[in-house]
Amino acid sequence: MQVTMTVNGEEITREVEPRMLLVHFIRDELGLTGTHWGCDTSNCGTCVLWVDGEPVKSCTVLAAMAGGHSIRTVEDLEQDDVLDPVQEGFVREHGLQCGFCTPGMMMTARWLLDRNPDPTEAEIREAISGQICRCTGYLNIVKAVRWAAEHPATAQVSTR
Amino acid sequence: MTTTSATEERPGSPIGFGRMLRKEDPRFVRGQGHYVDDLQLPGMLHGAVLRSPLAHARIVSIDTSAAEAHPKVKAVITGKTLESLKLAWIPSLSHDVLAVLATDKVRYQGQEVAFVVAEDHYAARDALELIDVEYEELPAVMDARAALEPGTAVIRDDIEGKTDNHIFDWESGDREATDAVFADAEVVVTQNMLYPRVHPAPMETCGAVAHMDRVTGKLTIWCTTQAPHAHRTLYALVAGLPEHKIQVISPDIGGGFGNKVGIYPGYVCAVVGSIITGKPVKWMEDRSENLMSTSFARDYHMHGEIAATRDGRIVGLRVNVIADHGAFNNTAQPTKFPAGFFHVFTGSYDLQAAHCTVKGVYTNKAPGGVAYACSFRVTEAVYLVERMVDCLAAELHADPADLRMKNLLRPEQFPYTSKTGWVYDSGDYPRALKLAMSIAGYEELRKEQAEKRARGELMGIGLSFFTETVGAGPRKHMDILGLGMADGAEVRVHPTGKAVVRLSVQTQGQGHETTFAQIVAEELGIPPDDIEVIHGDTDNTPFGLGTYGSRSTPVSGAAVAVAARRVRDKAKLIASAMIEASPDDLEWEKGRWYVKGNPTQGKTIQEIAFGAHSSLELPEGVEGHLDAECVYDPPNLTFPFGAYVCVVDVDPGTGVVKVRRFVAVDDCGPRINPMIVEGQVHGGLADGVGMALMEVIAFDKAGNCLGGSFMDYLIPTSLECPPWELGETVTPSPHHPLGVKGVGESATVGSPPAVVNAVLDAIQVRHADMPLTPAQVWRAMQGRPLRTDLAIE
Repeated sequence: MQVTMTVNGEEITREVEPRMLLVHFIRDELGLTGTHWGCDTSNCGTCVLWVDGEPVKSCTVLAAMAGGHSIRTVEDLEQDDVLDPVQEGFVREHGLQCGFCTPGMMMTARWLLDRNPDPTEAEIREAISGQICRCTGYLNIVKAVRWAAEHPATAQVSTR
Repeated sequence: MTTTSATEERPGSPIGFGRMLRKEDPRFVRGQGHYVDDLQLPGMLHGAVLRSPLAHARIVSIDTSAAEAHPKVKAVITGKTLESLKLAWIPSLSHDVLAVLATDKVRYQGQEVAFVVAEDHYAARDALELIDVEYEELPAVMDARAALEPGTAVIRDDIEGKTDNHIFDWESGDREATDAVFADAEVVVTQNMLYPRVHPAPMETCGAVAHMDRVTGKLTIWCTTQAPHAHRTLYALVAGLPEHKIQVISPDIGGGFGNKVGIYPGYVCAVVGSIITGKPVKWMEDRSENLMSTSFARDYHMHGEIAATRDGRIVGLRVNVIADHGAFNNTAQPTKFPAGFFHVFTGSYDLQAAHCTVKGVYTNKAPGGVAYACSFRVTEAVYLVERMVDCLAAELHADPADLRMKNLLRPEQFPYTSKTGWVYDSGDYPRALKLAMSIAGYEELRKEQAEKRARGELMGIGLSFFTETVGAGPRKHMDILGLGMADGAEVRVHPTGKAVVRLSVQTQGQGHETTFAQIVAEELGIPPDDIEVIHGDTDNTPFGLGTYGSRSTPVSGAAVAVAARRVRDKAKLIASAMIEASPDDLEWEKGRWYVKGNPTQGKTIQEIAFGAHSSLELPEGVEGHLDAECVYDPPNLTFPFGAYVCVVDVDPGTGVVKVRRFVAVDDCGPRINPMIVEGQVHGGLADGVGMALMEVIAFDKAGNCLGGSFMDYLIPTSLECPPWELGETVTPSPHHPLGVKGVGESATVGSPPAVVNAVLDAIQVRHADMPLTPAQVWRAMQGRPLRTDLAIE
């Protein structure tokens, strides 16, 4: 079947099997491999991307269901060579180690900050509680999101 | 191959040790990491594994004809296919063999039976459904404690003459001396405890892309491996492939924790699939496959006994273990150590005698056993001794902190030879424990606890003190399948003074691209941003056994430091030619050789590097260019240590545990990058909370795995983890060139007993096995905790 959706601001149309999962479509058909696959059961959150501005676990959404909708992935966080403050925060606060959960965590963090620009530690923990990180023990992820909250317009310093 | 860019500036980066942002992060935060599953090659095919639904069954027949007829299927491989290649069975890592695809029987649920290669992975999965396997079911042996009872089904009838499920008996320490100490002891406390089967469950599962180029005869394997060089040699030894025609590439790895040490059947099948089809073949397992079939951890059934004087002097420790190794003995540990380093179970205490036995048994469960940041079974050892000390404290009505302080090894006893023969390199244990208690506010916590108890609230305070045993290891004692555990490193300074360092070890998130650049920077004075770290590619790095057992910094870190010092020594000779001064008159300051007493007359390492490549006349015996290498054979292991305090609140009505605080004081010697060290500790503490409270791979009596997805295998989230409170002491290792000891697994090793001790302190129960789920805590409060490895009838 044919599916048309907007991905990171660009309209794309592809022929897909009706059963194809959105995570596989994004990764294998579009080559956007920043979105990861980790569990199949919506537990781990490495596959989180946005559908119409809401974080969604793309391992349990069919590509066909995303037809007509707008997708945003980690590759879109950086704009015009400027990192999103969330990306900057993850680097500065050592919010990642192996990097596998990081894209999903950052997409949720960006969503949170768009709605709640000054979240408490508890609010950050609640927001990312549907996602698993096996490396960091979460504290530095919380700090990374706080850093982003405190630096809403990132002074471009460190990472490019 | 993984490389770092040297074009990125990190303001305030130290030239050497100190907090420095990671060089690898810019690609990860952009979603530009390169993991195995990200790889797409022209013409690539996809593999999928058919797995056994049964724990123990004879294979009567396998019919693959319908699968082969599927229009998108390119090959179906069974044990028979592999038999013709002599690859149906491969040597395990522990003097055993391991089935790649089952030929005679299946021996655990999830075992590999057939492999389909198809045009896409959906089609490959479809074709699995078309394979018809007829099984004749056999009784499943699921209880390790009963595996040796007469009449039990024999799992390994493939081994000639095998009539039971026994693997090995091993012991350490002095049995007679220990028996004598126990016979005379004023107090003896006995406790059975299980360290349940758990799983490392990295966020990225295991997988590989294999590509056999039929023209060049070169096999390239991109693989989720923590040990690319060891894998390459094993492929050469086992499959008879020429080693120089094998390239193993370990790109970015999404966490390892020991899960990615061994060679899994799926990797071998991907290689065979590529050989058969002539195309690249990708195989990535799914989460259930990862949890059900790849290397688990622990599964130690321990009987501990601790002997002491009435006034709280610990005199002896005795432990008997039944070790459940699953269906094949495939634990990844040094060859001569069938129980890993479990003999450090005497922990951090000054005892008179100790003895342990470990009996390994087969069960109808997945093989493995040494994984999940365990430092080769130091997790089990530390849990045993730290639980026994708390049991003794309860018996003596002593404060667990006082009891520990009274028995800790004293600084003047180092280097200390333990009662099982290990030489602890250095330590100041009381200082670490005092610091942890001070950060926690231990006295205040006990007061608060007393007040809460008076109100019927359950608050618990748990301690643990651990001695880690890492950096394997001295090659005369330690090897894996005959390969000595020494690691190589190469440092090369380019003409313009930038450098490249090549490592045998492989990061899975530990930050090697930063840390190892900092080591070279410390030794040579070249900024870390000017140093490229290359690792994870057997064609481009020196040989070594890889990253596990917290060995990267203790072994490879030393190799890099020694190689860099050799570069520095050579630079001195070249500088002497450039300055026209005797080498004996030169003095080093970071980044520069200069004439003693005349600091303006000198050459920077960058100037020397250019001189080394120039037409400069070099001193007699000095070759051009500026590089050096080292193969580091560690003289001893290193012994990091730490003191942990955990504070929990338990809901008396439901048994729900909330970890309120966790204080961790770690001593891993000098910290190359404190930010990275703290991150390593944070992750390990989360592991400890997980194992203590949530994680377990249990089975029902029919052999069904009950932890086969993240719906069932629970991993702590941000809500279960408190904001960690860290402290540090620094006791350098006397035998390591940098004094560093390694830290990757310290917190995973040290934290579970602190959490368990806290929960049991809260509910005033002597012992209950992990995981302390609400149900287990509630049952323990009623005086009837459960066995957690087997489902209730």
